[in-house]
Amino acid sequence: MLTRFLASREALLVAAIGLLLAVIATRFPAFVTPANLADVFNDTSPLILLAIGQMVVILTKCIDLSVAANLALTGMAVAMLNVAFPGLPVPLLILAAIGMGTVMGMANGILVWKLAIPPIVVTLGTMTIFRGLIFLLSGGDWVNSHEMSDAFKAFPRAEILGLPMLSWTAILAIVAFTVLMTRTTLGRAAYAVGGNPHAATYTGIDVGRTQFWAFTLSGALAGLTGYLWVSRYAVAYVDIAGGFELDVVAACVIGGISIAGGIGTVGGAVLGALFLGVIKNALPVVNISPFWQLAISGAAIIIAVAVNARANRTKGRIILRSAEQTA
Amino acid sequence: MTDTARFIPDRLQSPLERRLKSWESLLLLVAICIFVANSFASPYFLNAWNLSDATFNFTEKAMIAFAMALLIISGEIDLSVAAIIALASTAMGAAVQMGAGVPVLVLVGLGTGLLCGAFNGFLVTRMGLPSIVVTIGTMSLFRGISYIVLGDQAYKGYPSDFAFFGQGYVFWVISFEFVLFALLAVIYGILLHKTNFGRTIYAIGNNPTGALFSGIRVARVKFILFLLTGLMSGVAAICLTSRLGSTRPSIGFGWELEIVTMVVLGGVNILGGSGSIPGVVIAAFVMGLVTFGLGLLNVPGIVMSIVIGALLIGVIALPRLWTMWRAKAAKG
Repeated sequence: MLTRFLASREALLVAAIGLLLAVIATRFPAFVTPANLADVFNDTSPLILLAIGQMVVILTKCIDLSVAANLALTGMAVAMLNVAFPGLPVPLLILAAIGMGTVMGMANGILVWKLAIPPIVVTLGTMTIFRGLIFLLSGGDWVNSHEMSDAFKAFPRAEILGLPMLSWTAILAIVAFTVLMTRTTLGRAAYAVGGNPHAATYTGIDVGRTQFWAFTLSGALAGLTGYLWVSRYAVAYVDIAGGFELDVVAACVIGGISIAGGIGTVGGAVLGALFLGVIKNALPVVNISPFWQLAISGAAIIIAVAVNARANRTKGRIILRSAEQTA
Repeated sequence: MTDTARFIPDRLQSPLERRLKSWESLLLLVAICIFVANSFASPYFLNAWNLSDATFNFTEKAMIAFAMALLIISGEIDLSVAAIIALASTAMGAAVQMGAGVPVLVLVGLGTGLLCGAFNGFLVTRMGLPSIVVTIGTMSLFRGISYIVLGDQAYKGYPSDFAFFGQGYVFWVISFEFVLFALLAVIYGILLHKTNFGRTIYAIGNNPTGALFSGIRVARVKFILFLLTGLMSGVAAICLTSRLGSTRPSIGFGWELEIVTMVVLGGVNILGGSGSIPGVVIAAFVMGLVTFGLGLLNVPGIVMSIVIGALLIGVIALPRLWTMWRAKAAKG
């Protein structure tokens, strides 16, 4: 059990993150204090939430490029709801956010399932549609901090046992999705669909329906994150989380989730997100200009993919190596 | 790419395939409708200078879309094209600061594009990595380098002759960019539809292993295609930089998805194996006309994205719904 963990992708990532922290600690010991690490985790929580949802989608051989737009549309909608009806209790708003996200995820899922349109095309389309809808909804206006009710802004900051609710939500999602992916038939079906769709079909698994549920879950998480994001930063505007979908995919890829489907774990997605989160939070601390951030995360993605491919190559019996590689 | 087994039966069923054959005519119909709608929407639309202006909405993107179409037909994708524009533009800006003339600028732009394409091609074909992930990585990397070089600055001071590429007119109202676009459309059309090289691209997209066994050098062809998208990004960078007259690290942000949309709208199968250059040309016009027409109506840019997104999904969904409905009707 222990040896299997040590050889795993997750262990490699834990080691990489540990090494990263150690290097930062040599120059800035304050970065590795528990309080600061908790801050880093809290900062990374939205990325973790979305990466978990994206992982389920990628497992089933799909991709969801609409998550950031879904997040932004939901965030704007609940913020406007809050402004219009300041009396609405926060739990109701959270439910509304999850509901909206779920519906948008289902829309993606239906198009992939019933019309068999390639997921990348569907989510490319819905991504631009959702972004446009935010503008229609808000007329391009911002919802600012002073317009939001205090209860609305307080939820992600409320602390339980020293950790803010934002972090707890991420932890809760990690636990729930670990159980879902390892202990339920839906989780097993997701792996089966991604691993070998033909075989999955013959085992009686409905490939399209599984993909539909994957998109639905991803949408629900994006909706939830939409509320958390807007209430945490206490502002909503059209371009919220612009380009974030690619960070989410990157976190999954770094976390060892195979873009070809069927391979990956919740832990991997979380660690991939944390890896990006540590880099992002450490750069300003170690006095590297924020302009380096994009290049560094890009290099991290490429290196991670290269390592990933090398780790997966030895598995299985390959009859014609060169054919396998180009295929 | 995210290939799903569920799509394989679709390729074998001929009804959808047959419908896809008339894709260009369907798209042309859409283009004509939008054109007519535009001319009713605004009295200022049917004006030679306006129509010429409208072409700037798509010419630069379409140049890249031609190369991207070939790449997607071969079963790969390049999401780093917009970042290559930024990097090539940054390199040209740096060259200007060193006092480079127009010929050097063009060489720097094209050279940077080729280098970036070679880097992508190397990672995908030599190291066997999935292109969608590689190019998400290089997208951040290339644009990141532009940010490192430029910071929050902008490069200006391009020589006045350089303005010709993005602002020059060749025949009265016909811009240099549009002529270049038309020329490239013909070149890519011939390359894809009339040469052996074009044939191998389809073969690779439909069955890479089969292509390899029939003696096609799959890796080499894909490498060349990555070089081409890099080169076209360099060409687009020259035109765009010249048109804007300055370089910022955010130049061309988000274009990669618009270019992929253009290619897919043009009838190219995102999973590889089918598609045509005429389709991409018409799709370029459709997207350009939609953007321009809505602009005349003072519709904000972001709302246009709803139309583009709906067009993308709708144009692909409708033929499928039609075949499904026909199949259901035939069954009784």
